Amino acid sequence: MSNKDTNWRRGVASKAARVARTADLADGRRVAAEHATALLERVIEAGDRVCLEGNNQKQADFLARALAAVDPAVIHDLHMLQSVVALPEHTALFDKGIAREIDFSFSGPQGTRLASLVEAGKIRINAIHTYLELFGRYFVDLTPNVALIAAEAADAAGNLYTGPNTEDTPAIVEATAFKNGIVIAQVNELREGLPRVDIPADWVDFVIVAPKPNYIEPLFTRDPAQISEIQVLMAMMVIKGIYAEYGVKRLNHGIGFDTAAIELLLPTYGESLGLKGKICTHWALNPHPALIPAIEAGFVESVHSFGSELGMEAYIAARPDVFFTGRDGAMRSNRAFCQAAGHYACDLFIGSTLQIDLQGNSSTATKGRIAGFGGAPNMGADARGRRHESAAWVKAGEEARQGRDVMPRGRKLVVQMVETFREHMAPAFVERLDAWDLAETMGLANPPVMIFGDDVTHVVTEEGIANLLLCRDLDEREQAIRGVAGYTAVGLGRDRKKVDELRARGVIRRAEDLGIAHRDARCDLLAARSVKDLVRASGGLYNPPSRFRNW
Amino acid sequence: MERLQYEVEARGAATARKPVLVGVTASGNCEVLVEAGGAPERCAIDVHTAAQGFGPIWQAVLRDFGERHAAGGLKIEIHDVGATPAVVSLRLDQALEAWEDDDA
Repeated sequence: MSNKDTNWRRGVASKAARVARTADLADGRRVAAEHATALLERVIEAGDRVCLEGNNQKQADFLARALAAVDPAVIHDLHMLQSVVALPEHTALFDKGIAREIDFSFSGPQGTRLASLVEAGKIRINAIHTYLELFGRYFVDLTPNVALIAAEAADAAGNLYTGPNTEDTPAIVEATAFKNGIVIAQVNELREGLPRVDIPADWVDFVIVAPKPNYIEPLFTRDPAQISEIQVLMAMMVIKGIYAEYGVKRLNHGIGFDTAAIELLLPTYGESLGLKGKICTHWALNPHPALIPAIEAGFVESVHSFGSELGMEAYIAARPDVFFTGRDGAMRSNRAFCQAAGHYACDLFIGSTLQIDLQGNSSTATKGRIAGFGGAPNMGADARGRRHESAAWVKAGEEARQGRDVMPRGRKLVVQMVETFREHMAPAFVERLDAWDLAETMGLANPPVMIFGDDVTHVVTEEGIANLLLCRDLDEREQAIRGVAGYTAVGLGRDRKKVDELRARGVIRRAEDLGIAHRDARCDLLAARSVKDLVRASGGLYNPPSRFRNW
Repeated sequence: MERLQYEVEARGAATARKPVLVGVTASGNCEVLVEAGGAPERCAIDVHTAAQGFGPIWQAVLRDFGERHAAGGLKIEIHDVGATPAVVSLRLDQALEAWEDDDA
């Protein structure tokens, strides 16, 4: 068959046919909200790959509802592509038989529901990805036929303003629009003269003004009042025993009270150790309200963000030297770029997890919950493709080699920070991850591990820091982990002599080895003790969502 | 509510002082009261806890505490309001540090 006989334009023709079916529904690019479901029934075909935008912050919730209302007799067997499975409508698609399979990253709130759908045989989970990995596949073998996205505003031409919560939109739209896919945007309003153009009209096929603004979850707000003394103690150990030790300037913090405690100790404890300007100057981080005091104290030079955070808009706009902002003053976040930044341009990732095993493998999958990973594996993995040097990266690499005659290369610092027991006395350390059982349920060849043990460099608990770089073999690694596992069964199973020996070698360091007295671990060391303190620190610019206001 | 009573060996005798109460009362998730009185080589500890079935963990927490501190001759009362072993250990250390401090 010669090239002349081949049809190289099937995608173009398919798109044209789909758009032609909407003639009576659309006024140019505009479609009325009440026709949303009808629009989807015209442009989506059974078996399509449909990307539904929604992360743990911004959600295309109106379009999710519209999709859940299509007639399953017409639209079925969809292959969903989603960063996050968060809304009841997301799982309803499978209950109703509209969708059959999914590739996703994270499923926090719907983790239990997802597990029961798997059990009922109503969903096929092809794979759980990291964000960057999923975006990558949009450009390789999972290119969407239709993308349903969310933006703040559109103009008459169809240009989109995504504002501070740009998040995943550019990655999704680029993959869809340039491969004959159809892009449908829900917007909060039509506005002439957009503050800036985040997505050009040329890449957008339909715009619907949603009856209600898209949902945004203030996921990264932590009330300092809820930070415990144990968390203060662990944060002090991290600052003195890791950040100062390696001179960590560029980093990413996972979400949670443990890392919020670190952020709030920088201007107090960190300052008292003379660390200002020496650590934590450049961040790949969402605009955590807990970082405000460190920013105000002059600790922080730069923050690039995956998404925004409700209430931080005016503060961010007033600090353009620190945050990435547009001409309009508002932030421009971008999850794909920030994930790449966290992976390649940061020297350290620190985060929490639900379970750690004897080799340091960690997972957030627990019995009956399919939680996914989000971005943690991109942040919490040695960047094997990295080549540029920094003091922290070189030092970690030296420790990993320990004088062995191998090609010198640097290492990323990957720190897991957990209290040995979570609430209800659930141990954070286990002999066997629940992820093994989950692999069986999901029919996976390998357990869904969030961060692999050989990527982890330090495990921090209230009992101390285990430096896994300095462990000479797997047995030492196991004893180093047991040696900080406290009174969990894993901790109680330690070889006390070996643990003492590891401590003498500095592989395990207790608070007292770092010159930190337990009694100094007081909550009044935190630069803010309440959300109100954060507002005050921001000069009144931070405007917390009402659920965080108790005054 | 479970009441557990322990006696652990202490690293040494606490400095004698008039019986007083030291500790972190009303701290929300765990209270520790320390007073003098008892055999100088041992530390007597009373635990009031809502959680059942964690006896062996308490035993280990308190054994380590005895190894860390010269707490001989002290009577300690712990009201754990669902506190984790980490919190209990921290409170005990804080209480003993305060005891030794006030002593000077």
